[in-house]
Amino acid sequence: MAGMTLYDKLWQSHLVESRDDGSALLYIDRHILHEVTSPQAFEGLRLAGRKPWRLDTNIATPDHNISTDRAERKAGVAGIPDKTSRLQVQTLDDNCDHFGIVEYKMNELGQGIVHVMGPEMGVTMPGMTVVCGDSHTATHGALACLAHGIGTSEVEHVLATQCLVTKKMKNMRITVDGKLGFGVTPKDVVLAIIGKIGTAGGTGYAIEFAGQVFRDMSIEGRMTVCNMAIEAGARVGMVAVDDTTIDYVQGRQFVPTGDLWQQAVEYWRTLVSDSDAQFDAEVVLDGSDIAPQVTWGNSPEMVAAVTDTIPRVEQQASAEQRAAVARALEYMGLEGGSAITDIPVDRVFIGSCTNSRIEDMRAAAAVAKGRRVADSVKQVLVVPGSQMVKQQAEAEGLDKIFIAAGMQWREPGCSMCLAMNSDKLGAGEHCASTSNRNFEGRQGNGGRTHLVSPAMAAAAAVAGHIVDVRTMMEEH
Amino acid sequence: MQAFTTHQGLAAPMDRANVDTDMIIPKQFLKSIRRSGFGPNLFDELRYLDVGEPDSDNSGRPLNSEFVLNQPRYQGASVLLARKNFGCGSSREHAPWALEDYGFRTVIAPSFADIFYNNCFKNGLLPVVLTESQVEQLFAAVYATPGLQICVDLPAQTVTAGELSFSFEIDAFRKECLLKGLDEIGLTLQSSSAIKAYESARAAQHPWVFGAIKRA
Ligand code: SF4
Repeated sequence: MAGMTLYDKLWQSHLVESRDDGSALLYIDRHILHEVTSPQAFEGLRLAGRKPWRLDTNIATPDHNISTDRAERKAGVAGIPDKTSRLQVQTLDDNCDHFGIVEYKMNELGQGIVHVMGPEMGVTMPGMTVVCGDSHTATHGALACLAHGIGTSEVEHVLATQCLVTKKMKNMRITVDGKLGFGVTPKDVVLAIIGKIGTAGGTGYAIEFAGQVFRDMSIEGRMTVCNMAIEAGARVGMVAVDDTTIDYVQGRQFVPTGDLWQQAVEYWRTLVSDSDAQFDAEVVLDGSDIAPQVTWGNSPEMVAAVTDTIPRVEQQASAEQRAAVARALEYMGLEGGSAITDIPVDRVFIGSCTNSRIEDMRAAAAVAKGRRVADSVKQVLVVPGSQMVKQQAEAEGLDKIFIAAGMQWREPGCSMCLAMNSDKLGAGEHCASTSNRNFEGRQGNGGRTHLVSPAMAAAAAVAGHIVDVRTMMEEH
Repeated sequence: MQAFTTHQGLAAPMDRANVDTDMIIPKQFLKSIRRSGFGPNLFDELRYLDVGEPDSDNSGRPLNSEFVLNQPRYQGASVLLARKNFGCGSSREHAPWALEDYGFRTVIAPSFADIFYNNCFKNGLLPVVLTESQVEQLFAAVYATPGLQICVDLPAQTVTAGELSFSFEIDAFRKECLLKGLDEIGLTLQSSSAIKAYESARAAQHPWVFGAIKRA
């Protein structure tokens, strides 16, 4: 019998029941809730007279539509300007109080974007199944978890039963060996992967990211990569356990200590794909070939190296591709054949569950230090992913670097990643953004998003256009 | 979830094909934090002459007297007769929520969009598929006979209205769930003992998974 993949092992260890129609009842270890996709689930529980199956598995925090403005935040829930958003946040608080669910409220230490605060607090640990009513839940796979997003009916289902009715996916391994060049970050790696396999490349698969590049990567970096598995079409992305994983987890709030820790570590060490495991699909990239990446269109697969030019419509192979590129260039207001570095930037957003962790803040600050935002740039938002990231960054003096450079240092939340609060792009504005989706209107109606790494975003803020960050930094 | 066995009620005709979910419940109502209360905004754009917002007082809004559900003879309808591809478009679960909240228990049509069809079963609403010609005959009967009641008998899998009687097909598993009023949660809860057995085995093996999350 062939060996098992990491995904096979995680699946197997959570299987409660297999059913005749190929579906299965999978046990869920951790469920994270936020204000937008939970209200109807809680209402459903109430209407049916049900209670959560377990309390010590759920954790909640508001993130999607809270304000990131300091004064508004200080005023508490009442300070949220939009009435509907205010009610959603208040409803989350009320539901958590009513059902006894642990919640980190808006201004508490512990609050943050669900996918930043979960791993950071030790809510998610290796070997767990993790779900959340949000498609970027794959982020937690960086800790060798089986993690994915669910819909509102499923949120209710998990609350009530601690299980999910689901079907097994296929296995894909994406191996990136070699060494990343100077100035090349995890964000560039995942964008390059999406550029290679496309936004549907991972559909139906659970992706394991393997190879030297990921072994050398921090957990924060692995989270950036797993986060965007969904942009490659896969609901699940993950990285096997190694010393980096164990070191990251140790000492966090909800993580065991003493004998229990020893016992856990012993188990966690087994969370790697067996050497003879079979994958249904394999993709291989060379890490040393990857340059800093920039998206130029309205799909994450419309991506190029910063040293490249924007594709021309007439060079596309099929009529369908020609139409897609033409439509994207029109929306983005760009010319085929022009240099990526000619793309102007009106606003810059450094944040989101993809890139708002402490390392991301440090990378952006390293570029911003001693420099000024270009006059042509209207606004640069730096939004830490959580209260803990904010606290750490301030302890390191990063906030002062950003402010001295002319950037705004905000309160933790999703912010301009999806523009549900007042952080938005105006029509036609270009934004260098560290978030994960560049769909039409994602960051505000008519807004034009260019997905980049935190260092590239800070560099664009300084230059006033997309620029190769490597030309601004000295190699050490 | 409400069980469905046999339902007899006044029928209302929704005489157009490809009714999409945005028509059933427009997007501004998705900001709601509730799963109930969508009934007054069912078919909002067709039903009212002004534009509805989530916080509008619907009782004071100008009604479109042309719209079928506003006509006196269809007040209190609980069976919706519809045309092909009913429920197409966005996957919003708010569409069956709105139909149910308005008071419909069943929708009869020659075909339904996939996701909508699935969502109905999650919410105790029975979608019945009949042939085009059968549906045509029901429309004719509804128009000809004010107050016509249609009876949908799920155990027998029949639809009867006056002289007309048709049988319909339904997946056995789904039928069972509706008859018992089991939603997916109810079904999973039938496996409660398997879930509990899994939990005790797991707690013995991986105790750190349990009991950790509590306020510091
Ligand atoms: S940061 Fe963006 S992608 Fe991440 S959870 Fe928030 S809205 Fe979703």
